[in-house]
Amino acid sequence: MSFKEKLFVERIDWLVVFIYLLLCLIGIACIFSVEHRSTDITFFLMKQNYMKQIIFFGVSLLIGLIILMLDSKIFTSIPFLGYTLGFFLLLLALTPLGKGVKGSHSWLNLGFLTFQPGELMKLFTALTIAKFLTLQDTNFATLKHRVICAAFAIVPMLIIILQNETGLALVYLSFFLAMYREGLPNIVIVIGVSLLILTLATLLIPKTILFYLLSGLAVFFLYLSRRQLRRSREILFLVGGIWLVGVIFSQALVPFAFTHVLKGYQVQRIYTMIGQETPAEYIGEGIDTKKQNASEYNVSQSKIAIASGGFFGKGFLNGTQTQYNWVPEQRTDFIFCTIGEQFGFFGSTLLVLIYMILLLRIVSIAERQRSQFTRIYAYCVSGILFFHLAINVGMTIGLAPVIGIPLPLISYGGTSLVIFTVLIFILIRLDADRQMVLR
Amino acid sequence: MADFTQNRSVFIKIVFIALPLLIILRLLFLQVFDIGNYKQAALGQAVYIKKVYPPRGIIYDRKNKVLMNNSIVYDLVVEPKKITSDFDTLFLCKLINVPIEDFRYQLKKVIIKNGWQKPSALFKNLSPISVARLQENLYDFSGIDLIEHAERNYHYGCGGTILGYINEVSETQLKSDRYSDYQKGDYIGINGLENYYEDVLKGVPGVQYLLRDVKQRIQGPYKEGRLDSSATPGKPLQLYLDADLQKLTEELMANKLGSAVAIDPKTGGILAFANGPSFDPTLLTGANKGANLSKMLNDATKPLFIRAIQAKYPPGSTFKPLTALVALDEGVITPDYGYPCMGGYYACGRKVACTHSGHGHASNLALAIANSCNAYFCHVFRLAIDSRKYENVHIGLERWHDYMTSFGLGHPIGVDIPHENGGNIPDSNYFNRTYNDNWNSCNMAILGMGQGEVEMTPMQMANSMCILANKGYYYVPHFVKSIDADPNHPLLKKYKEKKVVAHIADSSFEYVIAGMQAVVDQGTGMIAKMPDVVVCAKTGTAQNERMINGQKVKLQNHSMFVAFAPRRDPKIAVAVCIENAGYGATWAGPIASLMIERYLKDSIAEKRQYLVKKMKDAKIIPNYTYILDSLDKQMARQKDLLKNRSKDSLKRDQIIKDSLSRRNDSLTARYLIRKFYHY
Repeated sequence: MSFKEKLFVERIDWLVVFIYLLLCLIGIACIFSVEHRSTDITFFLMKQNYMKQIIFFGVSLLIGLIILMLDSKIFTSIPFLGYTLGFFLLLLALTPLGKGVKGSHSWLNLGFLTFQPGELMKLFTALTIAKFLTLQDTNFATLKHRVICAAFAIVPMLIIILQNETGLALVYLSFFLAMYREGLPNIVIVIGVSLLILTLATLLIPKTILFYLLSGLAVFFLYLSRRQLRRSREILFLVGGIWLVGVIFSQALVPFAFTHVLKGYQVQRIYTMIGQETPAEYIGEGIDTKKQNASEYNVSQSKIAIASGGFFGKGFLNGTQTQYNWVPEQRTDFIFCTIGEQFGFFGSTLLVLIYMILLLRIVSIAERQRSQFTRIYAYCVSGILFFHLAINVGMTIGLAPVIGIPLPLISYGGTSLVIFTVLIFILIRLDADRQMVLR
Repeated sequence: MADFTQNRSVFIKIVFIALPLLIILRLLFLQVFDIGNYKQAALGQAVYIKKVYPPRGIIYDRKNKVLMNNSIVYDLVVEPKKITSDFDTLFLCKLINVPIEDFRYQLKKVIIKNGWQKPSALFKNLSPISVARLQENLYDFSGIDLIEHAERNYHYGCGGTILGYINEVSETQLKSDRYSDYQKGDYIGINGLENYYEDVLKGVPGVQYLLRDVKQRIQGPYKEGRLDSSATPGKPLQLYLDADLQKLTEELMANKLGSAVAIDPKTGGILAFANGPSFDPTLLTGANKGANLSKMLNDATKPLFIRAIQAKYPPGSTFKPLTALVALDEGVITPDYGYPCMGGYYACGRKVACTHSGHGHASNLALAIANSCNAYFCHVFRLAIDSRKYENVHIGLERWHDYMTSFGLGHPIGVDIPHENGGNIPDSNYFNRTYNDNWNSCNMAILGMGQGEVEMTPMQMANSMCILANKGYYYVPHFVKSIDADPNHPLLKKYKEKKVVAHIADSSFEYVIAGMQAVVDQGTGMIAKMPDVVVCAKTGTAQNERMINGQKVKLQNHSMFVAFAPRRDPKIAVAVCIENAGYGATWAGPIASLMIERYLKDSIAEKRQYLVKKMKDAKIIPNYTYILDSLDKQMARQKDLLKNRSKDSLKRDQIIKDSLSRRNDSLTARYLIRKFYHY
């Protein structure tokens, strides 16, 4: 029996569905454990967030079901339309129609529901990049098309930065993973990583010493390549150029970015992560040290909660740190603490492994597609999931700066849950038609 | 389109595996190896360890009357966050009887100190009336609660100096070895039995592990209270003290400086122990404890000075029985030995006056004791230390010193309350220093009549009466009969030891006791006579002086009285000392006599009630007590200034100015004392 003749139900990747359901249920249990008090009379307290999350979960399942029933060709036909719509909504959030929550202007109130267009835009960006790269006219080997493709991710990212929601904006970097898979040259990655190292060096090493260090490195390289230097002058220009870029980047661009682009508290968070005091020059007006202390406090409380779990944890509903509000934002961004505390090393490792299996499964799904569209889309989804996992879990255990992004499918929040559901279920739907070539 | 970049999926897979592994590694360090000691931090912040204080031990008297127990008092506790806009502050203030400004001020204070969320005590130790009124209306006030806690209660209203009091342990005390396992906020006994028997009385505190949330609110027990331990109450003490006798004695000692001690000679148990001026022990509890204490500490009459064991007095004539005892034992006199006293002792050049001058008032030992002949005892003392048995007077004096030491003099006896003083018995070293090795028995003849360098605490005087009553032994005076109904508790072991004194013959005691009976029958102490009990006593009128600005000023005599009764099978030994009151028979005698009567008869005869009233009402605090006290304080200040002196000329000027004013003051004081007392 060929693949085509299989029933639709058999063509669905049930492992992903299973992991999806498992993660959602773990999420509800975690939110429940945070809010439940032994004095509660009944489980069904509509005021509590876990009940709301159950409703979101029901809605998500419904949406997932609808997606499975749709024709997969729909998803190849809507990207540009959807991207335009999403872009429009994104701009709308900047207007007075947008709603400010905790200093960010990324929310849109449509009367009947409130959501972040930035979250929705992730979906459309993923579809659009997949669509753009599979267009007949597109040749990803050309610089022009690479720039256009990158722009699809970077433009919404810049708008979201304007909306003061840096965490969400940074997620758009994860689309480069899909682009890398589709042939983005290695040099781009090398340059990206070098710039990251240079940025960190700028933070850790005083400016003048860094300048001498860079110059020393440049001279050292020239010394190493002194034989080639006699033959061609190009190397001199190359090394000189890299040295110049490095110096300008570290002496001018990073300080400029820290004073003018990033907000004071974000700079502080970065410094907090690398364990340094924030220099006074980067603390802008209106940013008090309270915020830095708050972010430090969050991380230390989160670490305390996770570490106190020990190997097997304190048991479900026995968390002392998470149940009594010691960890801030523990329903949303710091939900990993509840697992760390109640289920210990054993439970948290299991959860991380579940995510790992999901990611690897999505990669293997991507690689088995006949259709390039589905493959690129799958890499986009895995990139988003990976970025969320890395940053969210990383910040709770002090490996990443505190950037407020949710743990996929587990953190409390309707928009986030629905968008991840849609992302995953579209993938499942597309995968069910993996013998087809979609364009 | 050809797929040239498929190998990149491998890199991506590697990244997807590497990052979770990195996270797991980090989790391993955090959770399993606990790098950074976060587990301790978690317990520290989320688990609140509450100490459950046990009730301190109850203290009973010999007849099982409660001297001290614990009472429940209430604190008004407020949780500022729960106070609503319809909170009737005025009504509440009316109920607890505090001014509304005071209430608002205290509220602001606790909000600043503890924040909005945490309940904190606003007013401590509310009066019972306020509690009753507030409890009826408590439901009207949200955010207000009454929290009970235990407080020591002086149930019988007496024995403040015996029982002592408790207070929160201070920073300096925490550093000492004795209180090393105490924590801030614990209570310790400060004085008296509360201090001495602290380890027994305090009990074992329990521990409760409670969970608290980020706003410090208690949420419930930790691990369902499995780790909790309950508190063990402190053990009860039973005393030898007779509560009724103690109460009477304290009343008699009111408004007098001095002390009265009664001991049961057979056990060494202290029956009464009063220090004048006596004070109401309830001052040592309650909300105003601190203020009361500092007031009493600064009082010129020093009510907190435990005179019975801390004050040293020249014993005066009450010392004469001991002198007689030593002389008899040394064999230098017989009971029939007489001295031809003609109103003074002239043998050493300087006259030592004697109150009697009649012929034959010291014709034998009993008469000499009964008439308290100074000359007789100066002479006898000289005979004893100049005895031919010894090569010289140095050895004779050392021998005398040994006798005194075995009588429990010259060193603290070891009463079971702290801060005991030892009195003073001079030895040959002292005289060597004073007289440059060139002295003889004439230099110290007045020691025999209890004047000069010899000093005793009232407790030692009472103990010496025990020795006479027992004819040669004593038990170290102590208060506690049994701990938790166990009379053989290790803490009481040293009080079970019989101390035999110098192996003096019973007959010597009999002669001296006969003299002391004569004191009551026909001598100076007739006031102590009781119809059907043979009382043996000795009066004393101790001369005393004080250095004021380098010059000795004689003060009014101390009134002393020591006694024991009955002569056969003695049941009580008493020593009473009233400072600057005059003759021993006038003030100390009646008090001692009333104490004996109260103890032996359980009541005071109707015809002696006038005496009780007279003694109770008498106020014997000379005016110069206050002058001397202010001089002392000024001196202390001077010493303090000198200790902290600096080269700062301004301060030096201050010191000079102060010392000049002190000199003027002391001249005035001397003038005043001379004017009042015609010395």
